[in-house]
Amino acid sequence: MTLAGYEPPVIRMSAVGYTYHGPPPVQALKPTDLVIRRGEHVAIMGPSGSGKSTLLNLLGLLDRPTEGRLEIDGIDLGHASERDRAAVRARHIGFVFQSFHLLPHRSAVENVMLAQVYADMPRRRRYAAAMSALREVGLGPRAHALPTELSGGERQRVAIARALVNRPSLLLCDEPTGNLDSTATKELTDLLDALHGQGATLVVITHNPVVAARAQRQVRIRDGRLSEKGPELTEQPEQPEQPEQPEQPEQPEQPDHVLAPEARWLEEPGAAEGERMEGSHALPGA
Amino acid sequence: MLQRPGRSALTVLGTIAGIGGFVAIVALSQTAAGQIGKDFNVQDATQVTVTDSGARGGSAHPTMDFPVNADALADRIHGVIAAGVWWQVQLANQNVSALPPSDGGTRVGLPITAASPGALVASGAQLATGVLFNQFHESAAQDVAVLGKSAAAQLGISSLVNQPAIFIGEQPFTVVGILAGDPRLPQLNLSVTVPESTALRLWGPPPSYFPAQMLIHTRLGAAQVVAEQAAVALRPDNPRLLTATAPASQAGLKKSVTASLNTVFLALAAVALLIGAVGIANTTLVAVLERSGEIGLRRALGARPRHIALQFLAESTALGLFGGLVGACLGVLIAIAVTISEHWTALLDDRVVFAAPVAGAVIGLLAGLYPSLRASAIEPADALRR
Repeated sequence: MTLAGYEPPVIRMSAVGYTYHGPPPVQALKPTDLVIRRGEHVAIMGPSGSGKSTLLNLLGLLDRPTEGRLEIDGIDLGHASERDRAAVRARHIGFVFQSFHLLPHRSAVENVMLAQVYADMPRRRRYAAAMSALREVGLGPRAHALPTELSGGERQRVAIARALVNRPSLLLCDEPTGNLDSTATKELTDLLDALHGQGATLVVITHNPVVAARAQRQVRIRDGRLSEKGPELTEQPEQPEQPEQPEQPEQPEQPDHVLAPEARWLEEPGAAEGERMEGSHALPGA
Repeated sequence: MLQRPGRSALTVLGTIAGIGGFVAIVALSQTAAGQIGKDFNVQDATQVTVTDSGARGGSAHPTMDFPVNADALADRIHGVIAAGVWWQVQLANQNVSALPPSDGGTRVGLPITAASPGALVASGAQLATGVLFNQFHESAAQDVAVLGKSAAAQLGISSLVNQPAIFIGEQPFTVVGILAGDPRLPQLNLSVTVPESTALRLWGPPPSYFPAQMLIHTRLGAAQVVAEQAAVALRPDNPRLLTATAPASQAGLKKSVTASLNTVFLALAAVALLIGAVGIANTTLVAVLERSGEIGLRRALGARPRHIALQFLAESTALGLFGGLVGACLGVLIAIAVTISEHWTALLDDRVVFAAPVAGAVIGLLAGLYPSLRASAIEPADALRR
């Protein structure tokens, strides 16, 4: 691929860390590098308290990193104004939550349309777009049902339709199957697979290995450190793992790779497919 | 808000009570003030008295400043129903008897009143029997008299069948009528009333220390205007000789009554409104905390803090507006119900009715300020964690 065709990754974290102010200050996320490219399906796994939620909040622009640089679609948003961040949330990011977060007294289609309110979608086009999103997740016939009349799996599909309706570049799913039984989980993972097949970029935080197994990349998080489970799984934080992608020709010094991925991207945009850096890093002891 | 109609209704209750109380109190105080004014009106608002303030000369050479055709001149004023001049005749010998004094008839001391035919009409004199003397008697200065009820009883005259006569001093008068009552000049019940021209002919003008008066009966509401015009109409050459007085204007009275009622009751209504505002603020605050998930969701969907604040502000304002509307309706209904039960005439300034919902909305807006700010300050990450 040529440089002209270069497309910035959906997410690029450079030494992004997050520290709760305390007292005592808690470093919930150690400075981390992470690149997620368009069309990737990434699962993030980790035990409770490992920093998953912190990472999700940072990726979803619900919180600001206390250090490092966070870009979404090539735009630096770690330090952007709240207004700009809200606009990016509205148009570039779709959220799916474990507890669905549907408004209980609004019908499915009204819940989907809610996402369009803040994305400045003209009022008259909202209904059609919301219906089309619902059909995409297979809920066209249930569009006018209230959430209380829907099963858990259906509710989560409404939430996915709501996340999709603005055609975001990133679908951020926080334990999407956490409240679902195995059948519904299967349906939902099939749906996520289908969306991925259509080119959606998915980041799924999950406890469920079955769900995680569907992803191209599995990233583990423990004690605020990320590690990527690739062909060769490296759990030691201190040791950066090898990028799974063998096609990385110029891999600079391994130890530094944490800071290097952007540079590689710029040089070799095409080569990066699936490439992932996991950063466990710099402050191992913190 | 609409999804919890029960709670919304309860929330609005305080505002409804406050606004309703406010409207009802204002309406009732206006109605009551109007009612008090109306009670005063019935007799007095239709009556104007013109006094001969220019009378002079003492008892020696008295003058009278009412023209001879005063009744006719006053009748020309727009709004006058009847008008006439009257005075108390002051005689050295006021003895009245039913038989000639020479025949030894019983003498009774009675007041004697001179009155024009118009004065009798204007006073609302009601006859027990006979007729009132009229313009013919007046213009001919006939020696006729109308007896008041008590005067007739004292003179032993109860029937006019025999065309009874009475004697004032030595002067005989034919009795043409006996009064049953007189609402505006009750003293006529006690006295012997003779035509004005007859009194002038026999006894001359009234003394300056008891001058003649004119009584004018006006249409309802015309008293003030008639009073302003009467002096000029009667004496265009020298209106200062006459002084016309109408009953005290009700405007001032009404104002003072309204003011005293208002200060007390409006304070109560203000307390109710305050409670209503606190209720809205409280419920909105509870809603903010309870709906933090929704707030987090909306923020995640791209809402800015301002959007969140506006949403809650709009809800509290709508609650206040609703409370104001219902309260205004209730207040008017209460005022009407009280008015009907008291047989009053309802009076209500429509500005109050229209201002009430606006006031409710403003109260809702103010009450929603703090909860809205709280809502907009909620961190989406925290809110979604619930």
